[in-house]
Amino acid sequence: MLRLEKRPTPSKTWSYATPVLAVVLTMIAGGILFAMLGKDPFLAIKTIFWDPLFNEQFASYSRPQLLVKSGPLILIAIGLSLGFRAGIWNIGAEGQYIIGAICGAAVGLAFYPMDAWFIFPLMVIAGALGGLLWAMIPALLKTHFRTNEILVSLLLVYVAEQLLASMALGALRNPEGGGFPGSRNLKQYEAASNPELIANSGMHWGIVAAFIAVIATYILLNRHILGFQIRLTGESPRAARFAGVNPTALILICMGTSGALAGLAGLFEVSGPAGQISIDFNQGYGFTAIIVAFLGRLNPIGILLAGLLMGLTYIGGDLAQFMLGLPASAIQAFQGMLLFFLLGVDVLTNFRIRFGKVEAA
Amino acid sequence: MDLSAINPLVLIASLMVAATPILLAAIGELVVEKAGVLNLGVEGMMITGAICGFAIAVETGSPALGFIASMIGAALLSLIFGFLTQVLMSNQVATGLALTLFGLGLSALLGQGYVGIKPPATHDINFGFLTEIPVIGPILFTHDIIVYASLALIAATWAVLKFTRVGLILRAVGENHDAAHALGYKVVRIRILAIMFGGACAGLGGAYLSLVRVPQWTEGMTAGAGWIALALVVFASWKPLRVLVGAYLFGGITVLQLNLQAAGVAIPVEYLSMSPYLITILVLVIMSSDRSRAALNAPASLGRVFHASS
Repeated sequence: MLRLEKRPTPSKTWSYATPVLAVVLTMIAGGILFAMLGKDPFLAIKTIFWDPLFNEQFASYSRPQLLVKSGPLILIAIGLSLGFRAGIWNIGAEGQYIIGAICGAAVGLAFYPMDAWFIFPLMVIAGALGGLLWAMIPALLKTHFRTNEILVSLLLVYVAEQLLASMALGALRNPEGGGFPGSRNLKQYEAASNPELIANSGMHWGIVAAFIAVIATYILLNRHILGFQIRLTGESPRAARFAGVNPTALILICMGTSGALAGLAGLFEVSGPAGQISIDFNQGYGFTAIIVAFLGRLNPIGILLAGLLMGLTYIGGDLAQFMLGLPASAIQAFQGMLLFFLLGVDVLTNFRIRFGKVEAA
Repeated sequence: MDLSAINPLVLIASLMVAATPILLAAIGELVVEKAGVLNLGVEGMMITGAICGFAIAVETGSPALGFIASMIGAALLSLIFGFLTQVLMSNQVATGLALTLFGLGLSALLGQGYVGIKPPATHDINFGFLTEIPVIGPILFTHDIIVYASLALIAATWAVLKFTRVGLILRAVGENHDAAHALGYKVVRIRILAIMFGGACAGLGGAYLSLVRVPQWTEGMTAGAGWIALALVVFASWKPLRVLVGAYLFGGITVLQLNLQAAGVAIPVEYLSMSPYLITILVLVIMSSDRSRAALNAPASLGRVFHASS
């Protein structure tokens, strides 16, 4: 008879081993899924995880894409991880990402066709502020009216998507675009563009920001009183209250930071890889970042690695779609499965598996 | 703009149709939350139900089989959530989110071959002369069986929770799982059954969207209906009859804004489409700002992990 016994403290070893175990289990289950779709499972897994980086034919194109896809995921997930640690659930990063992109792009387009050095920095500020303000809606409603932040932040994603459509069709539409939806392409407007910094590396300012966020968060969590308060609130809310942690301030800080980082991710995307505000601008990074945050065990370094892995599944998924005709949705299901396995095997961190009958205490 | 084109009788009849998916999903989630489990995967279960029901209805030509398949499909999906949260004791918020993300991917995968197909029609029940009654006839007697089934489900849930032993045990598990366990009730088993009931209801709601309300299959077609259903449970302060009121209110708003879009009101379409979400948020704020009401009715063990030895 199997039974679970609670560990006095979570196991260190297992907390490092579970993400790896979850990835392996997901590959096995994913292989079964791909086999059911009539594809060779080994070839599919190899195409997704190996070929984008090491296949001679594709690697030159897809290697730079790794940073392009991972950058926004890491940036958003870092912000989310702060709140998740403290039990504050911002799951509307997708909306904050959209609003950040709209605000940033609007500032850039307002200056068109002026050429000045300060335009791009202003856009960065506007993008961060846009995301921050959008995240402040659920945060303030939670602190003032005790409204559930999960539902409000999520519902605001749908509002943001409608706003995006309205902007792409209305206020921000390219006046020289022949009536097609979508804004001017920021890539063709040098003062407002976010170019590749090193040729063929995929590196742009968003990736730089993601790395800075990883380092800053690492220092914050390990060396700063605020980081301690965040960890304390997550591990023992009661102890945190006695220790004098101000829950209202913590909610505002965590939601605000995650919103600002998601807004930044949106701005760097719209001014770089995407180039313009369009109806289908958002690609679900805000939701995938939730998986990234958990896969990285809410730890900055872990999130960096998880973000790279998840970015890889995006590129590998595209490649598998092109090479093997694997549907795009299969990758989405695959990513969801990863989160299931991750949460499932986490039981090993907090519990011991015992065999045999229950002994009398 | 011609507002006189909006017929109030048709409006009321169509709001009942528009409300049915969220009504079904919300009453299922209410039972789950009454058992002390917060399942945020409603959206994922709804869309899985939508495609399971659609696919089976198209393949067999029978909407009834489709509705049954949608319930089975979504209940099986919810079983993953039940296993993870109840047996492996994972975090309910995160697992619910995973269920939604997985459900959206899985449904898109299953639905690849079904885009642009018309499902077999679900017929309205023929009430004969009752339909001819002025005002009441067109409103009450022009619907299909699922609309009436959803109303019956509300009444049944209310009665079971309030008057029966099963309802009492369910509420006990949700209010204090340690006490219920000490009394000898199987907390984990009861909760898993409640989760499967919630899954079946959400699946049926999803199938109603794809087979009757729209009726078509498109990726991500639930468009937040599952989340509105979750908000509805809070709005109803965990009371079945208020779920009915809330769902019809939201149904009314949805239908009204669609009618306003069709009538060509001077407000851009995107802003009208936002309104159901914004009003949901507004209602949530009003309901949760009343401290006494929100705190009194929420099940005390909601979202807490149960482990027998602790």
